[in-house]
Amino acid sequence: MIAALFLSGMIVWLAGASASLALWRRPANARRVGCGAALAGSLLNLAASAAAIFSASPVFIGLPFGNPAFSWAVRLDPLSAFFSVTLAALAAAVSLYSFDYLKGMEGRRNLGAFGFFFNLLLLSVALVFTASNAFFFLVAWEVMALAAYCLVSFEHEKKKARDAGVLFLIMSHAGTGLLLIAFLVLASACGNLDFSSFHLLASRMSPLQQGTVFLLFFFGFGVKAGVVPLHIWIPEAHPVSPSNVSALMSGIVLKTGIYGMARVFFDFYGTPPLWMGTVVLGLGVASALLGVLYALMEHDLKRLLAWHSIENIGIILIGFGAALMFRALGQANLAALALIAGLYHTFNHAMFKGLLFMGAGSVVEATHTRNMERMGGLIRRMPVTALCFLIGAVAISGLPPLNGFVSEWLTYQALLAGFGTTQSLTRLMFPIAGSLLALTAALAAACFVKAFAIPFLALPRSPEAADAREASFTMRAGMAALAVGCIALGLGATWFVPVFDPITQQTLGVRSSSALVAAHGWALSPGRPHGGTISLAGMALFFLVAGVALAIPLALRWRRRSVRGPAWDCGLPGLTADNEYTSTAFSKPFRMIFSALYRPRREIQAEYEVSPYYPSAIRFESEIEHPFEKRLYNPLRDRIMAAANRMKGIQAGSINLYLAYIFITLILLLLFGVRG
Amino acid sequence: MIERLMENAAQFLLLLILSPLVTGVIRTLKARLQTRRGPGILQPYRDLQKLFSKGMVIPETASWIFTVTPWVVFFSTILAGLMIPMVAGEAPLGLFGGVLAVIYLLGLGRFFLALSGMDSGSSFGGLGSSREMTISALAEPAMMMAIFTVAIGAGSTGLTEIAGAAIGQNWRFLAPSQMFAFAALSLVLIAETGRIPVDNPDTHLELTMIHEAMILEYSGPYLALLEWAASIKQLLLMTLLINCFWPFGLQPTWLGFGAVVGIGWLLAKLLLLSCAIVVLETVNAKMRLFRVPELLAVAFTLGSLALISTFLF
Repeated sequence: MIAALFLSGMIVWLAGASASLALWRRPANARRVGCGAALAGSLLNLAASAAAIFSASPVFIGLPFGNPAFSWAVRLDPLSAFFSVTLAALAAAVSLYSFDYLKGMEGRRNLGAFGFFFNLLLLSVALVFTASNAFFFLVAWEVMALAAYCLVSFEHEKKKARDAGVLFLIMSHAGTGLLLIAFLVLASACGNLDFSSFHLLASRMSPLQQGTVFLLFFFGFGVKAGVVPLHIWIPEAHPVSPSNVSALMSGIVLKTGIYGMARVFFDFYGTPPLWMGTVVLGLGVASALLGVLYALMEHDLKRLLAWHSIENIGIILIGFGAALMFRALGQANLAALALIAGLYHTFNHAMFKGLLFMGAGSVVEATHTRNMERMGGLIRRMPVTALCFLIGAVAISGLPPLNGFVSEWLTYQALLAGFGTTQSLTRLMFPIAGSLLALTAALAAACFVKAFAIPFLALPRSPEAADAREASFTMRAGMAALAVGCIALGLGATWFVPVFDPITQQTLGVRSSSALVAAHGWALSPGRPHGGTISLAGMALFFLVAGVALAIPLALRWRRRSVRGPAWDCGLPGLTADNEYTSTAFSKPFRMIFSALYRPRREIQAEYEVSPYYPSAIRFESEIEHPFEKRLYNPLRDRIMAAANRMKGIQAGSINLYLAYIFITLILLLLFGVRG
Repeated sequence: MIERLMENAAQFLLLLILSPLVTGVIRTLKARLQTRRGPGILQPYRDLQKLFSKGMVIPETASWIFTVTPWVVFFSTILAGLMIPMVAGEAPLGLFGGVLAVIYLLGLGRFFLALSGMDSGSSFGGLGSSREMTISALAEPAMMMAIFTVAIGAGSTGLTEIAGAAIGQNWRFLAPSQMFAFAALSLVLIAETGRIPVDNPDTHLELTMIHEAMILEYSGPYLALLEWAASIKQLLLMTLLINCFWPFGLQPTWLGFGAVVGIGWLLAKLLLLSCAIVVLETVNAKMRLFRVPELLAVAFTLGSLALISTFLF
C-alpha cells in the first residue's frame, strides 16, 4: 500500500515533468499540468511517507533492473520518511502557490521548461531522502543539483541569476566530490554500496579513517546545508530565483544536507568520539550567529531571508551537535531530546521559511522590487499576505505560541541538561551555546521587526508600493496553508512529538515521547521529572479567553471614543514617506555595535549652493564587508584562475599536438599494462 | 482545579493592583532622595483612571497592528506574570511555562510594541523600536547565562522548582555563583525595565528616549494599557529576581491566612529592591546609547562567572 502510493507519487511527478515539457508551446496548459502534477505527486508522497514513519518495518521498493552493486532501490525507514514528509508538506503548499504565481510569467518565459525542472527537482529530492544505496543516492543528488541550477538561473537573461547559478553549481560539485570520496572509503571497507551495510560501519574503522570520513561528510553535506564558511552561495542563489523556487530551495533543498548529516551521524556512526559533536555544535553556533548578523544588514527582502536560512541551519546543527556529544557521553535519552529538537526545527523551518519566501514573492510581484526601502504600507493593500507574513515572522523569531518556540525550547532544554553530563571543561560549551542561541533568537526578532515593519507598515515609499495589488487566490491559499501549519505545529506540539519515536528508536534505541508529553497531553516537558513544562495550547487558550472576554468588548466600547488624526510630525507640514525610519536606519545601532565584524564603509557627499548647512542633494553610500568572500574565497579563486592560466599553454589548438598527446598517453598506458 | 483557578485569579488581581503601586513608590522615593516632594505614591492609579476615561486619537497612517499591540503586550505580560511564584511557592500557571516561557512571552510583547512603533510612520517610533530591539537583544546572552546558572542549580526551568530549590537554604544567596547571577540579572532587569542608566522612564527628550518613543502615538485607554503593562513587567521582573534568590516568606499555598503573610513578605522584599533601584537611579546619570553594550557585556561576564563558580566553589 505504502509502496504503491509512493511509486504513484513518483510516476505523477515524472509524468508532470514530461507533459509540461511537451506542452511548452501552450504556456497556460503547461503551467496547469506542471503545477497540478507537482501538487498531486506531493499529496501522494505525503500520504506514503506519513504512513511509512509508523510502519513496523522499513518499506523497501526495488526496480527490477540494475545490477547487485548498483541497484535502483528506495527504502523508507523512519528517518527517510520524516524528511520525505517535510518535502511533501512544503511542496504541496508551494505547488498550490505556483498556479497563480507563474501566471505572471506566461508568454514571457518558457513555463514548460519550468514545470519540467520543478517536478524533476521534487522527484530527485524525494529520491535523495529515500535512496537505499550510495550509488543511487549520488545519482539523485546530481539530478537535484542540476534541476536546482536550472531553476535558480531560470531568469537567465539577468547576469546575476547566471552568476548565482554557476556559483551554486561549483559549490555543489565541490561538496559532491567530498561525498564521493567519503562513500568510496566506506564502500571499500565493506565491499558494498548499500546504506544498510554502512550501518554502524564507520565506528569500526580506525580513528584516523573515522575522523577523515566524518569531516568529508560534514563538509560535503555542509555545502548544501549552508554551514558557515561554506554558505556563500545561499545569499546569491535564493534571491535571484523565482520565489516559489526560493521557498523550495530554502525549505527543502538545504535540508538534503541536513538529511545526509543525520543519516551519517546517527546511522553510519555508532558512538562517535566527543570532538565530532563539538565541531558540529561549534559550527552550528557560528552559522546561527553570523547568519542573523548579516541578515540584519540586508535591505533586499529575499537576501535577508536567505541569510536567515543559514541561521536556522545553525540552530538545527546545535541540536545535532549536542545529540552527537550526548551519544559520545553515553546519554541516549538526552541524545534523543537533542535530536528531536534538531529534527523538529528542520520541519518548522521548512514551514515558516517556505511561508516567508512565498510572502516575499507576493510582495516582490506586487511592487516589482526586492528592495525594502521602496516598499511600505502594504498591510492595507495586501492584508492576507501581510497576516501570513506576520505569522511566519513571529514563528521564525521563536516567539510563543508558534512552532519556532517549541523547537528552540527543546534545544535550550538539551543544552541545559548537557552541563551535568561531564566533569570536563567541555561542559561549558553547552551554556555558552545556549546564551549565543538566545542572542541569535533576539537578533532574529529584531530582524523580523524590520522585515515586517518596513515593507508592510506606515506609508508607501514608492508609487509601485502605493499601487500594489493583493496576491491572487492560490497564492494566498498556499501561504495560508503553511501559516496554519506553523500554528498547528506550535499548539499541537504534544501530538507531533510521538512522530519522532520511530526515528529515535531506529537511531538511538530509545523512545522518549511518553516522557516528553506531560499533563495528559497538555504540556511538553524535557523528559525528566520536575524539569519544567510548557504548554503552548494553554497559552493560546489564555489569549483566546482573555481576548474574547476582555479585549473585544472593551475595544468595541473604546472605539466609539476614538478619532483618527495625523501622527506627530514635529510641526512639519504633514508626515510623508521621507520622514519614515528606513531599514538602514533601523539596523544602524547593530552596525555600530558589531562594527568589528562588519567593518562598515560609508561615504556621504553633500551638494550645496550657499552654505553646507543647507544641502540641495545628499548622496549616501554604505557598505559592509563580507569576510569569507574577501579573505577565503577570493584568494582561492585567484589561485585557481592563475593555475588554470599557466596550464593554458598545453592547449595550443593544433591537431598535431593533440595527436602527440594521445600517442604519448597510449605509450605510457601500454608500458603500465606490460609492467602490471 | 477550582483551587488552581482561584490561585490564578488571586495572582492576576495582585499583578493588576500591586504594579502601579510599585511604580508610585519608586517615583516617590526617588523624588524624596532628590529633595522633591513628588506626586504621592497613588499617582499611577490616578493616571490610569484618567487615561481610561479619555478618548483617543489613532494616527491616520496606522493599521490594525496599532490597535492589536496594546492587547498583545498587556496579555502576554499578565500571562508571564502568572508563571512566576509571587506569594505561594508554586507558580499558579507553572504548567504553561517556566523561566524560558516568561522571557519569550515578554519578547512577544516587545516584538509587537516595536512593530507598533513603526506603524505610524513617524520617525520617533522607528527610533524607539530600533533601540529597544538592540538593547534587548544584547541583554539576552547575559540573561540566559544567569538563568542557566539558577536552572542548573535547580535542575529545572520551572520557576516553582527554581524557587523551591532555594527554600530552606536561607543563606544560599551568599554563594558566589548566586551572587554573580543575581548581579547579572539585576543589570538585565535595569535594561529590560528601561531604567537609568539605560533608559529614562521620565523623559520625552527625542534624543534619549527608547520605550517612550515607541508609545509616543498612543493616547487614552490604549496608552493606559501599555503603561499598566510596563508596570506589570517591572513588577514581575522584580519578583522573579527576589523570589529566585531570596524566597523567604513564600507560602506553601495561596489559600488561607498564609496569603496575607506571603503578601506582606513580598511587599517588604519589593520595597527593599525598590530602594536599591532608587539609589542606583539617583547616583547614576543616563548612559549614551552606545555605552550600553559595555554595561551588558559586564552583565554577560558576571553571568559567565556565575556559571563557572557553580563548579569551582
